[in-house]
Amino acid sequence: MSPSLQPLSPADARHWRRSRRLAAVLTLIWLAVSFGPLLFARDLGFEFAGAPLVIWLCSQGVPILYVVLVWRYERGMERLDAQHRAGHVD
Amino acid sequence: MSTELGGEAAESTAAFSGARINRRYLLCLAGFAVFVAGMFLLERAGLSRRWIAAIFLLGPVVLYASIGLSCRTMEPAEYFVGGRRVPAVYNGMAIGADWMSVASFMGLTGILYMTGFGGLAYVMGWTGGFCLIAFGLAPYLRKFGQYTIPDFLGERFGSPLPRLVGVLVCALICFVYVVAQVYGVGLITSRLTGFAFEIGVLVGLGGILVCSFLGGMRAVTWTQVAQYVILLVAFLMPVVWLSVKQTGVPLPQAVAGYQLQKITEREQALLADPSEQQVVAAYRAEASRYAGLLRNVDQSLVDERRAAQVRLDEAIASHAPVRDIHAAERVLRALPRDAEAARESWSRARDAAEERTRPLAGMPPHAQAFAGDPQGTAAERGAFDNSRINFMALVFCLMAGTAGMPHILARFYTTRDVRAARQSVTWAVLFIVLLYISAPALAVLLKFEVLNSVVGVRFDRLPAWIVEWSRVDPTLLSVTDINRDGILQLGELRINGDILVLAAPEIGGMPFSVSCLVAAGALAAALSTADGLLLTTANALAHDLYFKVLDPGASPTRRVAVSKVVLLVVALLAAYIATRRPAAILHLVTPVFSIAAATIFPALILGVFWKRANLWGACAGMLAGLAITLYYFVTRDPQLQAWWGGRVGLPLWWGIQPGSAGVFGVPVAFAAAIVVSLCTPAQPQASRWVDEVRRPDQA
Repeated sequence: MSPSLQPLSPADARHWRRSRRLAAVLTLIWLAVSFGPLLFARDLGFEFAGAPLVIWLCSQGVPILYVVLVWRYERGMERLDAQHRAGHVD
Repeated sequence: MSTELGGEAAESTAAFSGARINRRYLLCLAGFAVFVAGMFLLERAGLSRRWIAAIFLLGPVVLYASIGLSCRTMEPAEYFVGGRRVPAVYNGMAIGADWMSVASFMGLTGILYMTGFGGLAYVMGWTGGFCLIAFGLAPYLRKFGQYTIPDFLGERFGSPLPRLVGVLVCALICFVYVVAQVYGVGLITSRLTGFAFEIGVLVGLGGILVCSFLGGMRAVTWTQVAQYVILLVAFLMPVVWLSVKQTGVPLPQAVAGYQLQKITEREQALLADPSEQQVVAAYRAEASRYAGLLRNVDQSLVDERRAAQVRLDEAIASHAPVRDIHAAERVLRALPRDAEAARESWSRARDAAEERTRPLAGMPPHAQAFAGDPQGTAAERGAFDNSRINFMALVFCLMAGTAGMPHILARFYTTRDVRAARQSVTWAVLFIVLLYISAPALAVLLKFEVLNSVVGVRFDRLPAWIVEWSRVDPTLLSVTDINRDGILQLGELRINGDILVLAAPEIGGMPFSVSCLVAAGALAAALSTADGLLLTTANALAHDLYFKVLDPGASPTRRVAVSKVVLLVVALLAAYIATRRPAAILHLVTPVFSIAAATIFPALILGVFWKRANLWGACAGMLAGLAITLYYFVTRDPQLQAWWGGRVGLPLWWGIQPGSAGVFGVPVAFAAAIVVSLCTPAQPQASRWVDEVRRPDQA
């Protein structure tokens, strides 16, 4: 970290607000993905490729979605960083 | 907040440039493949099992040791955070190995086999927590860029007090967890080699220390990369093999659904099977016999002793074969010594028999989500709601606990920059999910195998693995022909879930080399997690307690030296406790997650996302979370109650199991931290500090 304790510049603050919004949106999706299938477990009990759908979801679907969510966050932050850098150059 | 980057950059980064590491690990991987293939060939050629086991045990340990030796260091930045130049992919693998312990490698499949859907709480909880780490913690920890988690607390809240609370909590969490790993190492080594358990622990300890002691985080990181590869290959090999054997398709995750369908059909048949019902009736009779004995223990003991004596006298008088006389003598001698012992042993026998009276040997139907029925009677609805709320509570505690595990969080200090920290979470969760989505498939394939080629087999034709494992230790696996029909029913087979992964190669009829490979994988899982935990415990004590509080003027070399001494002491202490065989230690792993969830997780999240959080709030939050979690667990858990002699039968809050105490701890910790922060003066310096952590990288 840089040793100077300056307040955030407007561009820095914008970056922070955007990254916080990205994290909040992905956290909401994460909550829905994690607990939604559990709340509606018996409704998702219909068969799909041999097993109840809820079992597919909890054993493989949701964990794979977690990978996608974390990857989305990484990509999103890369984009925000790039915008931030471009803003500095201007 | 000084930067330490100057010293680190001085060491040639070329030695660790990406291309060179890639080449080195590709070589390693090729060597490992040749090693495994060579062992297969040697087994074909007739090499004895003892040698195969010994080579499989020693080969990887020699590899870890040589990585450890080549990474030895006395530099603080190297020792504490691996020089901060670990590429994201490799940090991802190291996190994977750090994360996946014996509990993931062996325990998870066992739980999934035993409880079916219920076990999926672990699959979701132990993967989903990484989302919280990615969105809320990893980038900011790297941005802060010091050495430990208590470091973050101490600097953010500008006082040694939160640092000390952090040290206490980190040491508590990591130490309990590390004892469980060392216990696992001892168990696997002694099974694999036939050494005594204590020697197994010592051998394992050597394997752990040679890395963390010599090279700290740097050696541990590079060893964990190798360990990840070994444990993943070792886990996937039997799953794919079973999948090909049963269905001809080498994609276990895809065929699991169809195998599950067959399991459900088989379960229906078993539920209707009259001989299974006979077994249940026999166990019910046994349970009620013990219940009868327990009604008046003193009198029953006298009666039992007299009856056994009469039988022995009769056997002697009728000139029965010597074997029968010996058996009668044994029965007499095995009777409890006094009323106290009798009460204990009979209640245990009654409970054990009662457990066997449930259908399908106590295992719920594998494809059923939650117990009970939401449309059924009031009792069924209650059971459904209770099992669902407990599933969700466990998922929540494991997730928040994951995001509070100090040994995982410390790994994000080791990357080059914030960007690499973010990338390494993606890699880590990908590498972890590879194993976690295979475990449910393995459980299904193993259950299919057991239900179809073990249950219903005549006792004199049982597969070799059943005979061998029951000989090793009857508490791990036992079979009793309780209804005396000469055929094994599901109700007569008792398996400890923890051995299933180790036994999987034998269950699937694979060569002995695969068994050894799986054991080597389990060992890699245990060693890597133990390494990370040990280092985190020692660093919290040495860096945060000694250097930051007791002797801030210590030279860099001295800091590392002190760290190494503390590491040795902690390791020996952990080994000592593990050799006393606290069976309860494995039972403590889930509550440890609750504690991490209720202490470190809230403090870190508030520290980053709420500027107003101050020193008093952070301490109050951590202590309140710790207190409520410990209180609920210690007073509600039957095993601990029996140990400290507390009042049995305190009501559960909303039916939540004691291990998921974090469900209460997390909200209490957040509430305490927020309320106390608002009631005490703000720290003006904190706002600038938080800005600094939030500021994007300018590079």
